[in-house]
Amino acid sequence: MNFARRLSCLLAIPLLLTGCSLAKDGILFPAGRVAAIQHDHLVRTTLLVMIVIVPVFVMLPVVLWRYRLTRRDSTYRPDWDFAWPLEVFIWGVPFVIVGLLSFSLWHTTHRLDPYERLDPAGRDPLRIEVVGLDWKFLFIYPDENIASVNELVLPEGREVAFTLTADGPMMSFVVPRLGSQIYAMAGMETQLHLLTDELGDFRGMNTQFNGRHFHEQKFVVRVRDDEGYRDWIAANRAGAPMTLAAYARLARPSTVARPLHFGAVAPNLFDRIVAKYRPAKNTAPMLHGDAPHPPELRPAAHDIPAGAMP
Amino acid sequence: MTGHDWIYWLFGTLRWSDFPPKGDLIADCAAGIAIAAPLAVVVLLTVKHRWRWLWEEWLTSLDHKRIGIMYTVIAFVMLARALIEAGLMRMQQALAVNADGVVSPEHFAQLFSTHGTAMIFFTAMPFLTGVINYVMPLQIGARDLTFPFLNAVGLWLTAAGAGIVMASLVVGKFAIGGWSAYPPFTETPFSPGEGVDYWIWAVSLASVGSMLSGINFAVTIYKERAPGMQLFRMPLFCWCALCTAILMIFAMPPLTVATGLLALDRYAGFHFFTNDLGGNMMAYANMFWLFGHPEVYILVLPAFGIWSEVISTFSGKRLYGYPSMVFAVMCIAVLSFTVWLHHFFTMGQSASVNAAFGIATMLIGIPTGVKVYDWLLTMYRGRIRLTAPMLFAITFIACFVIGGLSGIILANPPVDFAVHNSLFLVAHFHNMLVPGTLFGLLAGYMFWFPKVFGFRLDERWGRIAWVCWSGGFLAAFMPLYILGLMGATRRTAQFYRAEYEPFLLFAWAGAWLIAFGFVALLVQLWLSVKRRDELAAPIGDPWDGHSLEWWTPSPPPEYNFAVLPKVVDTETFTVMKRQESAYRSPDSYEDIEVPRNTGIPVIIGAAACVCAFALVWHIWWAAVAGFAAAWGALIVRSFDTDQMRTIPAADVRRQHEAWLTRARAATPIDRFAELEPANRGRAVATQ
Repeated sequence: MNFARRLSCLLAIPLLLTGCSLAKDGILFPAGRVAAIQHDHLVRTTLLVMIVIVPVFVMLPVVLWRYRLTRRDSTYRPDWDFAWPLEVFIWGVPFVIVGLLSFSLWHTTHRLDPYERLDPAGRDPLRIEVVGLDWKFLFIYPDENIASVNELVLPEGREVAFTLTADGPMMSFVVPRLGSQIYAMAGMETQLHLLTDELGDFRGMNTQFNGRHFHEQKFVVRVRDDEGYRDWIAANRAGAPMTLAAYARLARPSTVARPLHFGAVAPNLFDRIVAKYRPAKNTAPMLHGDAPHPPELRPAAHDIPAGAMP
Repeated sequence: MTGHDWIYWLFGTLRWSDFPPKGDLIADCAAGIAIAAPLAVVVLLTVKHRWRWLWEEWLTSLDHKRIGIMYTVIAFVMLARALIEAGLMRMQQALAVNADGVVSPEHFAQLFSTHGTAMIFFTAMPFLTGVINYVMPLQIGARDLTFPFLNAVGLWLTAAGAGIVMASLVVGKFAIGGWSAYPPFTETPFSPGEGVDYWIWAVSLASVGSMLSGINFAVTIYKERAPGMQLFRMPLFCWCALCTAILMIFAMPPLTVATGLLALDRYAGFHFFTNDLGGNMMAYANMFWLFGHPEVYILVLPAFGIWSEVISTFSGKRLYGYPSMVFAVMCIAVLSFTVWLHHFFTMGQSASVNAAFGIATMLIGIPTGVKVYDWLLTMYRGRIRLTAPMLFAITFIACFVIGGLSGIILANPPVDFAVHNSLFLVAHFHNMLVPGTLFGLLAGYMFWFPKVFGFRLDERWGRIAWVCWSGGFLAAFMPLYILGLMGATRRTAQFYRAEYEPFLLFAWAGAWLIAFGFVALLVQLWLSVKRRDELAAPIGDPWDGHSLEWWTPSPPPEYNFAVLPKVVDTETFTVMKRQESAYRSPDSYEDIEVPRNTGIPVIIGAAACVCAFALVWHIWWAAVAGFAAAWGALIVRSFDTDQMRTIPAADVRRQHEAWLTRARAATPIDRFAELEPANRGRAVATQ
């Protein structure tokens, strides 16, 4: 990019700050129910806190102007240092506001608990198992017996129930326009429920730093109507199976250039990945010893070409 | 034994290839500066024949005032380094939108890891420890800290930690796991090599030093107050120092335990935090933040104390709501231990746990908000002088409430779930720590500088520094709020969205402005030293101060007070000035005992530094030798019975009377002439 364009970008800042051409991403532009609730909560909280903040911005310049040294006609009371009514006010108002905020926090936190169904009365959610790997995400659709890497396709309007783990350091899974994130940790399972509202392609990523290719650990989320979703499932079935050997290769530290698709998944793959870090009662002897090689011990992370996976 | 074994026994894992050149221009420049700057100091000291002076007057001193100054010097050196790293990171992100930028991702990771570590442990902590060290004993009318030797040991352990961080610029590499060094990423399988070990030992040394300081400060405040100085007559800065000290005592040990367990994992094959064999990384997160959240208040409370002094002095007014302020500080200190879990809302605990910690976090907003209003009411009906420290205070008040807002927002788990690990968070904590802590410490530096060195700082360059720092802060961090809400993650070496670019460029411009601000501080210092005769204020009270430290010559004598004051009010010195008793001769003088200088704390620090460096490189013999030398020096000290030196009453009388004569002869000047050369440090008492 040349200098002139950079300069014009810089000059465009005031325009951008008015909010008219923000990147349409994150909770400011929700595309799912969770993100929408978070957005509303953000706005509500901000407005309530403004009750305390705005007076500061009003009073500060007024006080500075009125009581400056060179203005001699304003009252000067060097020993005035206490007034009960003011004390009650400055402790009381924040107390009431935090009380209100706490009520709304408690309510919304429970409503958006990632472990709970968003719509308990609705139809069964789509189950997806997520495995955080260095530096990509593996998505297993247990009900469809397919898997994909770095591409997540979701049917519109249907609740999705994610179960997550990691086979490597900690990671944090998030799709900014859909809402909440949750950590994925080796040997443990976490859960997340999301609900899509809008057709389109969104981006997802890992937000917890996990090494030199951290910034490349991103994936595409495609929200499709039922037909599009079924088409993708069908197309995905044409992919090679995710055998234990294929998984062991995938789990090595590497980035993938394009999404990968797998037409079948080794039985209980997700549970085996979780179990391999559990001491003593190792229920997955076949995976034992397949732990990913530490990145530094390998010469360099390399791309696995999309077609190279068996 | 083979040759290879011998090399391992002698040099551990250290190899020629760990020394520069490092094959990376920026890293080589950094290493060059880290070698050249100390060399230049050595050459300068040799040429000027100043080694003996440095050793006898400074390095071996147990005087709390000199130790405070040395802490501050460490802070400024590390601040310079951390600022350069911050600028590099802003440059990298601004240039790395759909491009590679200027540094490799691994180098970028080292930058954010060292930046955080250097800023928290080696800039903010030494700075605030230095200011408390200098000011607190003077404010409570004490002659020194209760344990002067312990104080020096704390200083030299901190210096040793800073030395380890600096060594990583030259020899080998620093960690890439961030300042919080979360396992399992920092465990050997994912972070082999010396980087994390550098982090572990640097932070361990600093945290032990801070805990020792905390004990010393708390005991001093409890035991050394002048006659009549009841707790509720202490200046607010001392209250803040007390709460900070208590937090240091209780918050540092969990960090030492966490780094110790991580070291056991890495060195001895334990499995506290590993992925496998029953390790649990959440145990680390809990322990780290059990330290890490109170740490935030360790950083900000002393600054709250400084703001209270600065705002009340430059408004020519008593502090509004003193009991309210004290109560608020205590509330903050206690609550700070109840909120650590908000750092990992997204690790999968239940909604009720998250909500409880979210509410606890928001509760801290109440006393903090009260303090902001108390400061505003302190200015109300005052006579406000917009000197440089006061200008910083204004930026602080305005920016701090914005940071408070984003803090309340982040305390809400529903929103945190969306912006956790994003640049929104980065913006939030910089918004608290830059105007809160750093501006506070800079204001304190400008405010107390004439007390420390006997001359005022140049006002014009102080204001220029204020403009650059304030504008730079706003430009560098406000765009990050927006980027965070748009889903830009922290610790990212490269972005893939063109929409981010203008915001990142703007933030980079802000970083430049901050860099100018730092240069302005250096220019201010240089100009002021050059014009020190014109700016001299040796009598000691240039700002019409309220508390006891202003009732001493500038710089104060080694024993602080020739005669201990009788304290009658929170603003004893104001009372004295109004009664015109401030510069009256006392009835009698007594001999004063002060600690003798000793080189043992320096030896302990150097030995600890050798030990830590050797541990990093697995040079076991040197590690054992360093450890033994440090403890050996301490044991030698314990046999030294001749630790005090007496200053005869006659000497005290002579010095004190000379000062009183000069003070009585000086023309008291009013606040309009505050910045004139006429201000020699005797102020007209405001009524």
